[in-house]
Amino acid sequence: MATSSDAASEAGAGPGHGPDPRAAFRGITNDVTRVALGTTPKWWYPAFAVSNLMLLCLVVALYHLFTTGIGVWGNNNVQGWAWDITNFVFWIGIGHAGTLISAVLYLFRQEWRTSINRSAEAMTIFAVAAAGIFPIIHTGRPWFAWWLIPHPNDMGMWPQFRSPLMWDVFAISTYATTSILFWYMGMVPDLATLRDKAKERWKQIAYGLLCLGWRGSARQWHRYERAYLILAALSTPLVLSVHSVVSFDFATSQNPGWHTTILPPYFVAGAIFSGFAMVATLLVPLRYLCGLQHIIKESHIEAMCKIMIATGLMVGGAYGIELFTAWYSGNAAEWFTFRNRILGEYSWAYFMMVSCNVLVPQFFWFKKCRTNPWIVVILSILINVGMWFERFVIIATSLARQALPGMWGYFSPTRWDVLTLIGSFGLFFTLFLLFARFLPIIAIAEVKGVLPEAHAGKDHH
Amino acid sequence: MTTPATDDESHRAETPPPPPPEPSSDGGNGDGSDHGGDAGTDEELHGLLAEFDTPGALIAAARKVKNAGFTEFDCYSPFPVHGIDAAMGIQRTKLPLLVFAGGLAGLFLGTLMQWWMNAYDWPWNVAGKPTWSIPANVPISYETTILLSVLTTFFGMWAANKLPQVWHPFFRLDRFAKATDDGFFLGVEASDKRFDLEQTKQLLVAAGASHVDECYVDARPEARTMPRWILAAMAVLTMLAVIPIALVYKARATKSNQPHYHVFSDMDFQPKAKSDQPFTEFADGRANRGQLLGTVARGALKADDAYYRGLSGGQWLTGLPVQVEPTSAVIDRGQERYNIYCAPCHGFDGAGHGIIPERMAMLGGAWEARNLVDRGSVVIKMPNGQLFNTISNGNNTMMGYAAQIPVDDRWAIVLYVRALERSQNAAESELPPGAEVR
Repeated sequence: MATSSDAASEAGAGPGHGPDPRAAFRGITNDVTRVALGTTPKWWYPAFAVSNLMLLCLVVALYHLFTTGIGVWGNNNVQGWAWDITNFVFWIGIGHAGTLISAVLYLFRQEWRTSINRSAEAMTIFAVAAAGIFPIIHTGRPWFAWWLIPHPNDMGMWPQFRSPLMWDVFAISTYATTSILFWYMGMVPDLATLRDKAKERWKQIAYGLLCLGWRGSARQWHRYERAYLILAALSTPLVLSVHSVVSFDFATSQNPGWHTTILPPYFVAGAIFSGFAMVATLLVPLRYLCGLQHIIKESHIEAMCKIMIATGLMVGGAYGIELFTAWYSGNAAEWFTFRNRILGEYSWAYFMMVSCNVLVPQFFWFKKCRTNPWIVVILSILINVGMWFERFVIIATSLARQALPGMWGYFSPTRWDVLTLIGSFGLFFTLFLLFARFLPIIAIAEVKGVLPEAHAGKDHH
Repeated sequence: MTTPATDDESHRAETPPPPPPEPSSDGGNGDGSDHGGDAGTDEELHGLLAEFDTPGALIAAARKVKNAGFTEFDCYSPFPVHGIDAAMGIQRTKLPLLVFAGGLAGLFLGTLMQWWMNAYDWPWNVAGKPTWSIPANVPISYETTILLSVLTTFFGMWAANKLPQVWHPFFRLDRFAKATDDGFFLGVEASDKRFDLEQTKQLLVAAGASHVDECYVDARPEARTMPRWILAAMAVLTMLAVIPIALVYKARATKSNQPHYHVFSDMDFQPKAKSDQPFTEFADGRANRGQLLGTVARGALKADDAYYRGLSGGQWLTGLPVQVEPTSAVIDRGQERYNIYCAPCHGFDGAGHGIIPERMAMLGGAWEARNLVDRGSVVIKMPNGQLFNTISNGNNTMMGYAAQIPVDDRWAIVLYVRALERSQNAAESELPPGAEVR
């Protein structure tokens, strides 16, 4: 099994003429299923322990929040949206790369996506799960969050659909549902592979139920591929709409710094930017730890870095245009807000954002930076730090100087803010590690389908 | 080895007849082994499963089998083999049409929901905006369109593919596990009207199959149904799932004297103090809180003796406090207040003939209010401070007016009473020019 990758490359040399044209398929199967079915790797336990410890922070922070109230955070009358909404927008942004890779790159026939789409989709779902916590706990009485769902009730009330906050509810829940179904449907054939590779009876049953009894029949594949294409086509407008709707929370308000039409595309570009940074942060170590360098190739990592340059430039352009519009509009309140954003008491956060989001990705112009795993991971983490600060800057600086001096204030986080943020990372990493251990982290069937051997023995057209 | 005889091995690995016999070494006991141990005689042929080396070989074989007139056959591969649909004659799926219908339903239902809830059933005025305006309702209609399309796609694929179907006869063949790994299979079902064991086997071998296996299933249909314990477990779980719904229905259909069960009490039952009631949350058990020692409530200090009490160094103030200026505006104000509060007893002229003494006399009583303006009256001799104090706190049968009349107004009344005294006792020679005595 260990040499299967060599066998794969040998077979790849001449489709149909190698010693065994099927060795390449077998190699992919063995290399990916070994991660899920083999013994737990040593690195997994400490990683899981640390993630669980961080998750415990979330449990403790939420317990304290629910039993005491929102006052445990640093939020105040002026800074009503602070880290809670910053974290929400940050996580939901990260959750964009998965669907983008799965859907948009699929529609554009970017075959390199097959190596990373599964884990990117999983990352999306876990990021959306982490994001979903924040608007709910932000309501103060989260046990009434179900009032957001339209249902007949003894109060005779209905939700207010003209509010962007309700649009959020529908956009996020549709996105979560679609992402989960897309991810799961893509996994069905690979779960069947795990069922057939598993040695233990209980694993065969568990994977057998999960894969719905998939047997790879051509008639099934035909409908499956059609359904997959449709889901990709549906997810593409969806992924663009979700962060647009999130930006409406800000853009439809009257607050200077928020009330601007550039926000939807600006948010979507930032979301893709941060999402790719997170995919790179996770996959660069994972391909070494799971021995998948021949499936997740260096060129794939490079392609992600190039997308980060592109989206980083878009985000940088949005910062510039935003500033220009504030000045060119002649609106004194807008211009004051932006001057204050850059020169005021939050200028440290603004320059953190600009340097991480605009300057850091410029290193990816150099091939050396794109191919060095350490540099890729460090730069990707810096980009996500910058993207967190972008959301914080938008929220905190726009609220810090509102129309009346009585509505001026500074936000200082409490330890509970910090614990909640750490805890959301704990939830994300815990879920991702469970996924990386027990589920097919590579889209096995899709990778096989783009191998040259997939066309072996066919008539030449 | 061609008869379905005594054990699983017999039908598990079958050598195709024409090539040199090379018995497949595939002898593992897979999931099928617990089925047939005793009753090989009860087994019936399900079909033939042929294995091919490459996707191309599978396509060619599929074309041959289709051209031979077979309909009950399918190909199995670890990934979608492109070109096989045409070779097998697979009709293009109708799934996209179904999804289109689902999307339209989502658009219609999402829009209808918003209109019905916000514009019809509960038209709620938000800042005077229209209850029904398309732009504000687009995002949610958009999301419901996508949501229903996605659900239709996903479950439509299940339904069209008859999933979930966790068991299939071919799963009894160990070799079939390669269908999700590196194997390319073509399965012909015995139910096809052109099926003939030997001839079909020949056809598959001629099409390039590396192995052809016969696949048997238990002849008794009941052996192929779901095990009884799974059915029983599903029945029990279904019954258990009904219990919460039944409890909710019972709660809605019956009456109860008990208060609602509050999962989250929020602020419904907070410990709350009402005045002059016992209250256990405080150590002394009383709801009322006394004044804190050494403190004065905001605005209650009243340290200025002259202004608030009419005193100056312990004696009645003879002049006026510095806050009070004897202007005609203040005297006019004093007149107005006097006519409201004082005149009912003391009379408009201050001589004590108000409406109340008059009424007392009519009823046979004998009481007069103090004459404020008589030369001999104590009031004339009173210092201003004492008069202010009398208005504030009362004297003899007169009650205090501090609660009704603010401090400034009480001083204004003092000034007006002084003006009344002066005018009632003036000599004709003191009148200003043009004035006349009435």
